[in-house]
Amino acid sequence: MHNKMKNGTIITIQNLIKRFPIGGGEFTALNGINLSFEKGEFSGIVGPSGSGKTTMLNIMGSLDTPTEGETEVLGTTSSEMTPRSAAFLRKKHIGFIFQTYNLMPVYTVFENVEFPLLLLKMPSSERRKAVLEALEWVGLTDKIKSRPPQLSGGESQRVAIARAMVKKPDLVLADEPTANLDAKNSHHILQTMEKLNKDLKTTFIFATHDDKVIKYLNRIISLEDGKVVSDESIKK
Amino acid sequence: MLLFYLKGLFRDRSRSLMPVIVVAIGVTLVVLMQCWITGVLGDMIVFNARFATGHVKVMSRAYNDNISQKPNDLAMIGTDELMESLKQEYPDMEWVERIQFGGLVDSPDVNGETKAQGPGGGMAVDLLSENSNEVERLNLESSLVRGNLPKTPFEVILSEQFAEKLEVVPGDNITLISSTMYGAMSITNFMVSGTIKFGAAMLDRGGMIADISGIRQALDMQDATGEILGYLPSGEYDDFEAAFIASTFNEKYSDTQDEFSPVMLSLREQNTMTMYLDMIDYFKSIIIGIFLVAMSIVLWNSGLLGGLRRYGEMGLRIAIGEEKNHIYRSLITESVFIGIAGSLVGTLFGLLLASLLTKGIDITSMAQNSTMMMQSVMKAKITTDAYYIGFIPGLIATVLGTALAGIGIYKRKTAQLFKELQA
Repeated sequence: MHNKMKNGTIITIQNLIKRFPIGGGEFTALNGINLSFEKGEFSGIVGPSGSGKTTMLNIMGSLDTPTEGETEVLGTTSSEMTPRSAAFLRKKHIGFIFQTYNLMPVYTVFENVEFPLLLLKMPSSERRKAVLEALEWVGLTDKIKSRPPQLSGGESQRVAIARAMVKKPDLVLADEPTANLDAKNSHHILQTMEKLNKDLKTTFIFATHDDKVIKYLNRIISLEDGKVVSDESIKK
Repeated sequence: MLLFYLKGLFRDRSRSLMPVIVVAIGVTLVVLMQCWITGVLGDMIVFNARFATGHVKVMSRAYNDNISQKPNDLAMIGTDELMESLKQEYPDMEWVERIQFGGLVDSPDVNGETKAQGPGGGMAVDLLSENSNEVERLNLESSLVRGNLPKTPFEVILSEQFAEKLEVVPGDNITLISSTMYGAMSITNFMVSGTIKFGAAMLDRGGMIADISGIRQALDMQDATGEILGYLPSGEYDDFEAAFIASTFNEKYSDTQDEFSPVMLSLREQNTMTMYLDMIDYFKSIIIGIFLVAMSIVLWNSGLLGGLRRYGEMGLRIAIGEEKNHIYRSLITESVFIGIAGSLVGTLFGLLLASLLTKGIDITSMAQNSTMMMQSVMKAKITTDAYYIGFIPGLIATVLGTALAGIGIYKRKTAQLFKELQA
């Protein structure tokens, strides 16, 4: 594992096609995608609704598999991937951030962030330290005992970022992370993620059509009807 | 991890409180029904054993063939010797002789003319021997309404209802007009020593109890008896033990070619007792079965609804890296805790309600015309079974309901769960 990481490439996508059955026929969500992502990128897949952004994120996150073609994520190829190895990959190396935060409402902020570490069977004392560190990154150490319904949208998304980052993953996949936030909170969230990207060298890949997000990206991949129409690196 | 799941379970009342209530209600009913059936049918068996069947009963084969007529002309003779044999061969058991008798009972006025009369049936038991336990066994002392128990062979106690019908009070005389064992007419005077309420409508309609020595003289049954009842040393009926004793006795003493040879029947083999004994087991199985199926369906349904509500959570857990089988196992673990909690609460409530019913419900008015040997007060009985029987449907139904509902996790593709998470 991680052979590619030695060269800096953490995701390789070759001739990716993804079709979904719809009614009696099929819908092609992704059609012949060839891409690669390097460690430490702060990239975005942009495009209108239905262009295939989320499908691509799901495949990179090992939540879905290609119909044709192959992907290699952190050294694991899609053709060799089993449900168990896919779960392990997500558990150990990938963090997810969602549009709707998806915090578990019955658990406190601390417990929500702690959950990925419980799956990794991390000892209690190390767990506590890691959770507090993650909450410090997002500036929420004063909210550890709060429950999600008591938090604002911005605070909830910061908890979600802490949850994604607490295990220090190699890759964070963020699907429309600012869609439910106002401009001020969106910038705060993006600045937090940008800082984590720089400090921890974590690769961030966004699926978005939000201009506020796009401004922060150092690589923009545009999708239209399941095809890459442009792939642009931005120097900052 | 388990603690983490349990924390979530108990904080989310729709996942914990509602299922616990459903399970508790079901288990309460199971425990209550178990105690009620055990009490009512158990009392019926005990009552029958004391009054009619014993744990085993010895009769002549011919008497047994015509038992509904209580045919004393077919009674066993030479019973002193038979009693000795029984006491020697089964020394731990208690053996008692009984004679069922019947006839026309006449109560005279001051002039000796018939004041009232009616058909009566009675039982002759050993009331006067020093070592007899029949008074305690038949609960005669505390069942007395007026007067005393017989102190001489020619005293009799009547059911209160029968005494009222005959217009007699303790101290009055009555005449029993019947037939001897050999078919001759028998007219014998008895003094009413007291009246009694048996607590069973069938006996209270026209029942009498007399000492066996007086009835033997009246019916010319010296060294003869209709029935010998045997009681196991524990005082509790044990079907296996009774059947074994009956079988060994019959092998030794019973001759199928001789209709006057003795035959021993266990309680199960007499009257409709097989039905009652089997009913206890059947009812237990049926009640548990019904509640198992019903609760499983209800919990399956609520599990499905809860599961649908939790597909988002499942999607999240999968996204974070939890495997489907791990999630499924965690749901089953949750259900075990729900099952245990619901069963505990249900068992407590069931036992509480059952303890209230141990005082009994009086069904005298409903049992006026009953021909069954059953007590007029029906009571629940709390047995050891009641403490754990509710856990069977409580736990199985909860786990089964969750297991069925949780299959949805496997049926849905990971990406689908993830989409629902994002919906």
